[in-house]
Amino acid sequence: MSLLDFLVLIGSMVGIAVYGAWRTRGRRDLSTYLKGDQTVGWVTIGISVMATQASAITFISTPGQGFQDGLGFVQNYFGLPFALILVAAVFLPMYRRLNVYTAYEFLGQRFDAKTRLLGAGLFLLQRGLAAGITIYAPAIILSTMLGWRLDLTIILSGMLVIIYTVMGGCEAVNLTQKYQMAVIFGGMVTALVILLVRLPASLTDALTVAGGFQKLHAVDFSLDVKQRYTFWSGLLGGLFLSLSYFGTDQSQVQRYISGASLRESRLGLMFNAVLKIPMQFAILLLGVLLFVFYQFEPAPLFFNQTAWHQAVAGDATHSAQALEQQFTALQAARQQHIQAWLAARHDGNVPAETSARAQALADGAHSDALRTEARSTMLATNPGLKGNDADYVFITFILDYLPHGLIGLLVAAFFAAALSSKAAELNALGSTTTIDFYRHLVRRDASDAHYVRMTKWFTFFWGLVAVGFALFCHLAENLIQAVNIVGSIFYGVVLALFLVAFFLRHVGGTAIFWAALAAQTLVFVLYFSLNISYLWFNFIGCAACVGFSLLLQAFMRNPPASNRVPT
Amino acid sequence: MNRPNPTTARLERHDDQTGLPALRTWPRVYLLVAASFLLWVILLRALTVLFA
Repeated sequence: MSLLDFLVLIGSMVGIAVYGAWRTRGRRDLSTYLKGDQTVGWVTIGISVMATQASAITFISTPGQGFQDGLGFVQNYFGLPFALILVAAVFLPMYRRLNVYTAYEFLGQRFDAKTRLLGAGLFLLQRGLAAGITIYAPAIILSTMLGWRLDLTIILSGMLVIIYTVMGGCEAVNLTQKYQMAVIFGGMVTALVILLVRLPASLTDALTVAGGFQKLHAVDFSLDVKQRYTFWSGLLGGLFLSLSYFGTDQSQVQRYISGASLRESRLGLMFNAVLKIPMQFAILLLGVLLFVFYQFEPAPLFFNQTAWHQAVAGDATHSAQALEQQFTALQAARQQHIQAWLAARHDGNVPAETSARAQALADGAHSDALRTEARSTMLATNPGLKGNDADYVFITFILDYLPHGLIGLLVAAFFAAALSSKAAELNALGSTTTIDFYRHLVRRDASDAHYVRMTKWFTFFWGLVAVGFALFCHLAENLIQAVNIVGSIFYGVVLALFLVAFFLRHVGGTAIFWAALAAQTLVFVLYFSLNISYLWFNFIGCAACVGFSLLLQAFMRNPPASNRVPT
Repeated sequence: MNRPNPTTARLERHDDQTGLPALRTWPRVYLLVAASFLLWVILLRALTVLFA
């Protein structure tokens, strides 16, 4: 990166953070600090909800996903619009009517104090454990590619987000997310335009090549449960996951309850319901076009070049260099076959087109095999090698093909995404700790200024936990997966608490509390005894909790006394 | 029976209106969201088939 890139990066990131902190300085009213000044319009809410969900990994890894597997991943978002409709129609009106600061306060009003603490505790446990990942995951990729020190990247980006989130609270998060999304979209659109301009084929030819390599297989109606992405798994699984995330996760709830009115909050959610699928499609298409681009332009055997050079240096048998030579030769042959394929297609020569296409596809399969072999060679010299090489595809393109200044803009876009989702998480962790634990259990009748001060301290504390966790992430090889597993173990039960609260009005606090504990225990037991994908535990936890609560309530003599939410 | 608070009633009326031209009720907005989803599925399926 040049001086100009650094100026763009530091100028935009620090500029947005300082502006957010300055505009929202000195907020002492608890409601303003936790929910904003209640004048937020639907565009800001929509952008804020989008920015909270889209972390840096969305913009770094999703193009890599498109490069590797094509458009199929877009199906994962098919349940999201329907989940947002449910949140807008059922969850949101209740949160606003009860004027709650956190989603778990609603559980307290609908059930009782112990159920509220259980919901809030599960959120803190799950979100607190995941807190470091949103900083660590982009930092490891950017520091590897840019040659920065990983610890400094984590500490500096972590401290920046802590400062403005602590100073301005919810309002600062909403305000900065708006400008950070502008940087993100500006960067992504610029990258897409440059890619299209540099693409050595027309868009139709590019799509033909992508289709030939099965990269445009976007919708699959197959009922095969072994298929990773299908229309049905996306619709049902996506609905379930999105409902848990948007309806019960305080980092999202805090964004949309800050709207000026129910109408503004609803429109903000509908903004996401309409735009999320096209946005994910565009990012995946960028990855697919990168795949086509690297069919015509020289591509490295391994995109994580830092790791590759280390492997080559430590490879006494020179097998890595031999693989690289084979790959380069294969790449030249593949380019010729693709050119022949497209020329035959333009001439309407079907037999020649079929033959050239088959040769190009065979070359592609051979390239994939060489890449797999290269990874094995690297693992032999560096057993601690982590991460997917596809994560490095987009950043490699940016560094190799974008002019200086724009490289800074794109790196700023990745950092903006990391900071915007991190800020929302810290804001939610600080708010939940204060409202559901400190104000509820420690000091009930303090002034607003006191609670604002305590929320700032708790936000700062969670920020330090996140930075500390990110710094030690490398000690556990499968930590990212471990955090996802922890999330799946708890998410089902948390969603069930809210579903029962909304839809099973005869179930009371005691029944749901013990049902949740029993369901959580069952999930733990099954986790250690069943060998199934951890995603299933979302469904098992939710179904078990709902079922147990109905059973327990049926055996309870008295009607639930705590069912007192106005309808 | 309690009389509704005029301020609350005014706020509820405001919330019931979407403020969008041609989409005056929330069910219509939700229907539009579902229709846009359907349109995307059709377009993506067309892309899948067209370049298979």
